[in-house]
Amino acid sequence: MSGAGPAKGKRAVFSRSRSLLDVRTHYCPGCHHGIVHRLLAEAIDRFDVREKTVGVAPVGCAVLMYDYIDVDFAEAPHGRAPAVATGIKRARPDRFVFAYQGDGDLAAIGTAEIVHAANRGENITVLFVNNTTYGMTGGQMAPTTMLGQKTATSPYGREFRSEGYPIRVAELLATLEGTAYSARVAVSTPAQIRKAKEAVRTAFTMQIREMGFSVVEFLSTCPTNWGMKPLDAQKRVLGEMAAYFPLGVYKERKQADFT
Amino acid sequence: MTAGRRTLMKGNEAVCEGAIAAGCRFYYGYPITPQNEIPETMSARLPSLGGTFLQAESEVATINYVLGTSAAGRRVMTSSSGPGLSLMQEGISYMAAQELPAVIVNVSRAGPGLGGITPSQGDYFQAVKGGGHGDYRTPVLAPHSVQEMYSLTILAFELADKYRNPALVLGDAIVGQMKEPFVAAPSRASVPDEPPWALSGCAGRPRRILKSLLLKDGEIEVHNWKLHRKYTAIREQEVRFEPFFLAGARIVVLAFGTAARVAKTAIQWARAEGLPAGLLRPITLFPFPSREVEEAVCGADAALVVEMNTGQMLEDVLLCTPHRDRVRFLGKPCAMPTPEEILAEIRGLAAEAGARAVRTR
Repeated sequence: MSGAGPAKGKRAVFSRSRSLLDVRTHYCPGCHHGIVHRLLAEAIDRFDVREKTVGVAPVGCAVLMYDYIDVDFAEAPHGRAPAVATGIKRARPDRFVFAYQGDGDLAAIGTAEIVHAANRGENITVLFVNNTTYGMTGGQMAPTTMLGQKTATSPYGREFRSEGYPIRVAELLATLEGTAYSARVAVSTPAQIRKAKEAVRTAFTMQIREMGFSVVEFLSTCPTNWGMKPLDAQKRVLGEMAAYFPLGVYKERKQADFT
Repeated sequence: MTAGRRTLMKGNEAVCEGAIAAGCRFYYGYPITPQNEIPETMSARLPSLGGTFLQAESEVATINYVLGTSAAGRRVMTSSSGPGLSLMQEGISYMAAQELPAVIVNVSRAGPGLGGITPSQGDYFQAVKGGGHGDYRTPVLAPHSVQEMYSLTILAFELADKYRNPALVLGDAIVGQMKEPFVAAPSRASVPDEPPWALSGCAGRPRRILKSLLLKDGEIEVHNWKLHRKYTAIREQEVRFEPFFLAGARIVVLAFGTAARVAKTAIQWARAEGLPAGLLRPITLFPFPSREVEEAVCGADAALVVEMNTGQMLEDVLLCTPHRDRVRFLGKPCAMPTPEEILAEIRGLAAEAGARAVRTR
């Protein structure tokens, strides 16, 4: 953090996470990537793993996350972050390895890699940002786009007869034996952020205790490509999105279950 | 396996011995014929050596496991055959861009498409000209014996690390499947120390980022020229070829891999008949021995390119000689040429040269 400590006689109640670089991000106003980055950085600090962490950046808006999170980073081809993370973790099992993916990355082009990483119980942690669209390429239809949602490539709204239904990733991955932890959270209100923080901590704990694959799905905003004001976008998360993508913990392995 | 002793082994198994001798302890792969002995052998051998074998869900995933392990600073290998190599091209491009070393073995089969499992050299272009997207090259080594499946695998690791670049071994179904005695070199597990770029967590050092997205103005052009300088250095320093009865040869056969192995027999037969034939066998397909090929063609009456395809290395030969009219081609797509076929071509070229000599006299 850049600032000096609190002024004399004052008590610090808030400070930048050590693992979060003091730079301005490129994310749009109202985008949730920044909050998710913050939760990630807080967890890295809390578990004191910054110096043994290797992150895997995705393709999409968050590819530049290595400019914001102060750890070693690899950059994966689109959808391949779980495979790259697998290669790193197998080579260095004592390091903390996370991958960060969007919905196009994880749930379309990278479906095979995420399913098999989870099924192997690969001891990595995946942060999955679901904002129902391809942000960086300009708001095209994603596998998680809601029925009826208009996007750059579903200008008349997503129609299930042609484009199928939005994929519920947290539930899907929870069905796999190798998955130790799968949860869906939101970060659109302080209360939800607190729950999300807990989920990230639990996911980290799974890896640190070598209990297998952990994933946290974040329902997130993309005001720019949704064509919404940031505040309206916040409301959509706990409204329309959470109605189809229910928040909750879908799988949580207990130490006793894992032998 | 005892170093220095003759061992009877399949080429695919020799690749594994070479990788292990080179200190490689990480192997990832996906089943495909005719290279299955490689993952099978590695799955049996690596655990007892403290290594890691992992069968991937696809070759797309495989090459990205390879990328991750290489990024973490460990020697790593994968193998496949043509269709699998096609799926790996994305990852190979990323690895070339991020300057990550690894060894990728192609025990090639007939294509295009599902093709067949007969031997073929139809993947020459894919291997030598880049294969994936963007302006990059990879060293390509072409073994023509079980011995070389072993030794060139070791060399591939050395080149990959020396140049921080993926290196390819381009074999085929014959060199992969045939058994021959070979001699293992004394174990040289000279695994490099922790590479200064490896991702291992930033304890006691500034953090590291391995990436290929270069968005700043001019950055990607600078990176492309940097890579180009590396490929130029490879061209200048790493050319390898084998001359076989080449001195004084008036009919020069140009062939690599299995085709070259067959050509050696034909050339011995031709020499027994008094025909001045010789072979120049490129061992490195990239870098291509352009100067040596040019000199050999220049001093010969005729050059015969023999390939198990319809003419791929042929284009590189034609690029490096002004004497294009001397170059002939014998192609056997997806099949092994016989020594008789090559000898017949040599005899024909010798007769033509003789007739020309009579006319010009």
